[in-house]
Amino acid sequence: MTQGKKQCGQGVDVKYVANLARMDLSGDEADAFQRQLARVVEYFRELQELDLTGVEPMAHAAVIENVFRADVPRESLPRDEVLRNAPQANADLFVVPKIVE
Amino acid sequence: MTKYKATIGLEVHVQLKTRTKMFCGCSTSFGAPPNTQVCPVCLGYPGSLPVMNGEAIRLTVMAGLMLGCRVNPFSKFDRKNYFYPDMPKNYQISQYDKPLCLGGGVDVEMGEQTRRIGLTRIHLEEDVAKNLHMATWSGIDFNRAGVPLMEIVSEPELSTPDEAMAYLQTLRQILVYAGVSECNMEEGNLRCDVNVSVRPEEQSALGTKIEIKNLNTFKGVHGALVYEIARQIAAVQAGEPIRQETRRWDSEMEETFPMRTKEEAHDYRYFPEPDLMPVSLPARWVRQWESELPELPATRRDRFITQYGIPEYDAKVLSADRAIGEYFEAAVRVSRHAKAISNWVMTDVLRVLAERAVSIEKFPIAAAELAELVELAETRQINSNTARTVFEVMLGGGGKASDIVRERGLTQVSDAGAIEVIVRQAIESNPKSVEDYRNGKEAAMKFLIGQVMRASKGKANPQMASELLGRMLGPPSS
Repeated sequence: MTQGKKQCGQGVDVKYVANLARMDLSGDEADAFQRQLARVVEYFRELQELDLTGVEPMAHAAVIENVFRADVPRESLPRDEVLRNAPQANADLFVVPKIVE
Repeated sequence: MTKYKATIGLEVHVQLKTRTKMFCGCSTSFGAPPNTQVCPVCLGYPGSLPVMNGEAIRLTVMAGLMLGCRVNPFSKFDRKNYFYPDMPKNYQISQYDKPLCLGGGVDVEMGEQTRRIGLTRIHLEEDVAKNLHMATWSGIDFNRAGVPLMEIVSEPELSTPDEAMAYLQTLRQILVYAGVSECNMEEGNLRCDVNVSVRPEEQSALGTKIEIKNLNTFKGVHGALVYEIARQIAAVQAGEPIRQETRRWDSEMEETFPMRTKEEAHDYRYFPEPDLMPVSLPARWVRQWESELPELPATRRDRFITQYGIPEYDAKVLSADRAIGEYFEAAVRVSRHAKAISNWVMTDVLRVLAERAVSIEKFPIAAAELAELVELAETRQINSNTARTVFEVMLGGGGKASDIVRERGLTQVSDAGAIEVIVRQAIESNPKSVEDYRNGKEAAMKFLIGQVMRASKGKANPQMASELLGRMLGPPSS
């Protein structure tokens, strides 16, 4: 995919990726991950040396297709069970910080 | 003065008519108390695994076939990664590079002209939870999370707010026809994101595109486009650059406002969903589904005109709703008086449906029963007033038209001798009206006909009664 290629070409911007993943990295961590990710990208460069013309990308490692479920409803969880892990609940809703659009 | 052109593309999200969610067996029924139709899958719990609802795949393909799309023989799901409170697993399962349907189009009628608006693709994804905003906090209801959503992406081929409206209305009608969605706006079954840009008419390169998200009424789409096109033209004229951004429509202020989303939030880092197997649709499945498709509303309308010889207006009304069209056709199979049946359906049947706020499936008079009533009226066995009375009785569960007519002795009297007796009585007992008529008062004739009809308990053939009266009274003096 184009994004991937762009990042491969320019190397991975660890701070940018960490920000997207909501990760708070110290300077040392950022440096370490930067080096490690550069090595990972290097492996993919090796793959790119292969001639893959006419080879379809794999969608999944397992060769199984069409795993479907019938459209039949089943019981949902009881509501107290649902809200039990909520850090905070109010009026049967999960409470989150006020969303500003 | 420079003239400006707008370029509009729509992304329409449609909730599919399935009983269960896209990846789990929780119910999709609307209006349940908050957080009662949820399970570990739609709550995004680690370790829970999605299983695809086959019916959602079928409905999406049906929609695609109805809209002339190519069905992708191989399709897969991907993760769209972003953080938002309405989606706790931090990715939405969607389709990125292998959507279920490609291409296709919608024939949009604007007055006399028909324009085909191209479609880019249709893909399937899961809906997110619903946010409720309080004064100091927001609350999340996960009932809607995981409901199957089909996204229909149009090419940027629309140019006016009116055209966008016509496109949406046509699309909605086709989807309801195909039975893939209820398209109920109040229940949020159909939501829309709009992309719009403007440019001077002589310029070929498109202007900077603005996205307006989450419009849930057609009126909102129209209002947002009218406002946004004017805003962008004014900005360009004032030499202000238009920044690519996402805006929201405030229906009370009737203005669009920039949303507080950061640009980098649009880097969704799609990758194949490892928890789901790809979908490969054999040609025989697609052929089977194709054979089950209903005809398009516009095709049915045109066929009604040629096959039954009814006016275009009638054909349009009768084909607007798939079930109404089927009711009409079922009636026409019993009585060939198509125009009369059309009149009954358009005026009486639709009126009762509107009054009772029910669909035709709940209408108490079956198509064949209505046809029998129409047949009685059209062959002059009952007059039109009687037909109306019989219709009311049938509405109340009174049974078949012919039985009601026989039991109540409502058969129209077309026997000239019998009518003549009543007419003579009317003339004798209303000398004042007779005199008025002879002195040129037309209204007196109507009164006398009314007297005849009343005396015959509505059964007299009104045309015969009026002819006889005219003959017996002679011409009015001028």
